[in-house]
Amino acid sequence: MIEVRLFATFRENRGKKIQVDAKDGNEILEKIDIKKEDVAIFLINGRDGSLDTPLKDEDIVSIFPPVGGG
Amino acid sequence: MKSYAGKVLRVNLTDKSINVEPLNMQYANDYIGGRGLGTRMYFDEVEPTIDPLSPENKLIIATGPMTGAPVPTGGRYMVITKSPLTGAIASSNSGGHWGPEFKACGYDAVVIEGKADSPCYIDIKDDKVEIKDAAHLWGKLVIEAENTLKQTEGEKCRVLLIGPAGEKLSKMASIMNDHDRAAGRSGVGAVMGSKNLKAITVKGSNKLELHDDEKLKEVVKKCNALIKENGVTGGGLPTYGTAVLVNIINEGGINPTNNFQTSQFADAEGISGETMAEKFLVKRSACARCPIGCGRVVKLDDQVIGGPEYETLWSFGSDCGVSDMNTVIKANHLCNEYGMDTISVGATIAAAMELKQKGYIKDEELNGIALEFGNNESVVAWTEMIGKAEGLGAKMAMGSYELCDSYGMAELSMSVKKQELPAYDPRAIQGQAVQYATSNRGGCHVRGYLISPEILGLPEKLDRFSIDKKPEWAKIFQDLTAVIDSIGMCLFTSFALGANEYSELYNASAGTQYDADKLMIAGERIYNIERVFNIRAGVGGDQDTLPKRLLEEPIVDGPSKGEVARLSEMLPKYYEVRGWVNGEPTPEKLSELGIDI
Repeated sequence: MIEVRLFATFRENRGKKIQVDAKDGNEILEKIDIKKEDVAIFLINGRDGSLDTPLKDEDIVSIFPPVGGG
Repeated sequence: MKSYAGKVLRVNLTDKSINVEPLNMQYANDYIGGRGLGTRMYFDEVEPTIDPLSPENKLIIATGPMTGAPVPTGGRYMVITKSPLTGAIASSNSGGHWGPEFKACGYDAVVIEGKADSPCYIDIKDDKVEIKDAAHLWGKLVIEAENTLKQTEGEKCRVLLIGPAGEKLSKMASIMNDHDRAAGRSGVGAVMGSKNLKAITVKGSNKLELHDDEKLKEVVKKCNALIKENGVTGGGLPTYGTAVLVNIINEGGINPTNNFQTSQFADAEGISGETMAEKFLVKRSACARCPIGCGRVVKLDDQVIGGPEYETLWSFGSDCGVSDMNTVIKANHLCNEYGMDTISVGATIAAAMELKQKGYIKDEELNGIALEFGNNESVVAWTEMIGKAEGLGAKMAMGSYELCDSYGMAELSMSVKKQELPAYDPRAIQGQAVQYATSNRGGCHVRGYLISPEILGLPEKLDRFSIDKKPEWAKIFQDLTAVIDSIGMCLFTSFALGANEYSELYNASAGTQYDADKLMIAGERIYNIERVFNIRAGVGGDQDTLPKRLLEEPIVDGPSKGEVARLSEMLPKYYEVRGWVNGEPTPEKLSELGIDI
């Protein structure tokens, strides 16, 4: 299982942290109903990742919409 | 040129003289306004080696050509002076509503000289300028002092002022306006305090003349659309404010925790933008002419007050090991009331906590107040002690460098050029490392926000662990930031706008003939003259460095584990792209930029 951490508006109706069984980021987005174009930052174990990168059991994925500031 | 008031006000507090001078239009053309214009004027007038808190120092408050113009975020002002914290040039930026009101009085800038023999404030109502007694305001907190001045000078006037920290010459003192907006960094409030100047009240009635109203409307419409369509300026910032960064930065292991001892904070959720929005947010707020509205208004017990920004959530939160939102809101509010820089105050408390942790600060110095990471009461109590300059708080009010140095442990001050670093561990973002080190005002993220490409992917995504092309990116971001700070707009517009849009706005307003390239050269000119001042003030290339911990000790935890700041591999290239030798602009570079000094 992959631990998927959601942030900002992605939490609405989905929660903060969910377990998803998926082979890559594309499948995660499909399963939790988030459009690819709405994703600004996609981290795998805290590092920049690609939706196509194969995931392994217990990986942590963090997904953010466009946000910023300083 | 239009969009300028065309006049500079000069107030000498020693001899009480008040004069109005024409704006040097050549300087306006070459250095734009705000930070650039103010720095050029300051350079001509002040000997770089003076004591920043002596009457010989001057304080220049300058607006840009977009300040007061009908453009998105056209309302900023800059404070330019020699910093008592760093000994280098200070230029601190603030929003709110003071800048446009001051410019409506008919001035682009005010130069404040000398020192009053007793507390005073300056009241400006168009061409009626008076120095008035402020004995009854001295010692008052910011909100009470501002409200009192409004009762005296009119509810519609705008007030710029210092709190008790500025009066007590804290090197972390800010200049405040509109209750909770701050020209926050580099101790500019102490310079005002050293002159016995509590406040400047302004109420203006002049209308700004623009070059081409129709063309400007067209460009503004385009820029507003870009800002609205952009996911950050049109979505993330309005919804969550800057606080939304807490989780992003923490997830990447970039979040300095316990004075940069670790880089990921297990309890970051408690101080996140999401938590603030869910449990504390009352409404959002916006500065003059701002379509973004990133400001937060929050509740604290039965009070409704200005909420903390991302940097503050970090400094009083992760950096002090604190995950309680109420604690950060209280400390932030105390900083607003005493008039203090939330980054430097939080980071200095964190440094003190490490000094205590390692046994350098002894129990008998603490007046019975705990000083330990993760202790909520500790953070609030020491913020107030710093504001009042009491006990160890008086020593802490001089900033983390002087504090740590007094224990023989300067290396525990997480600062550059003695100014506290903000909320991003540069070991995990290499471009930010070279930007921090070379910043003309010391440790600062808003001299070049490399977080944008390295984390947020704007305008394109860079690998944050790579050093490739980072010196070049640092230069571009530093120069563009100098432009935005000078033009009078908010840096946050740069998530959506670029040099092309800024030049179009400027040209339509002022009648100038700038293009993107020429504007970037103006930014480079500004960056170079700041650097020349610093060198003459004794803050040269040898201070383009980072704390030893960040250069030598790899990150111990999280996704960025094992990384150090690879500054030595980037600095020579940075100097090369700048045309500098050992951190100093060459005569050829200055000549190329038309810097005639």
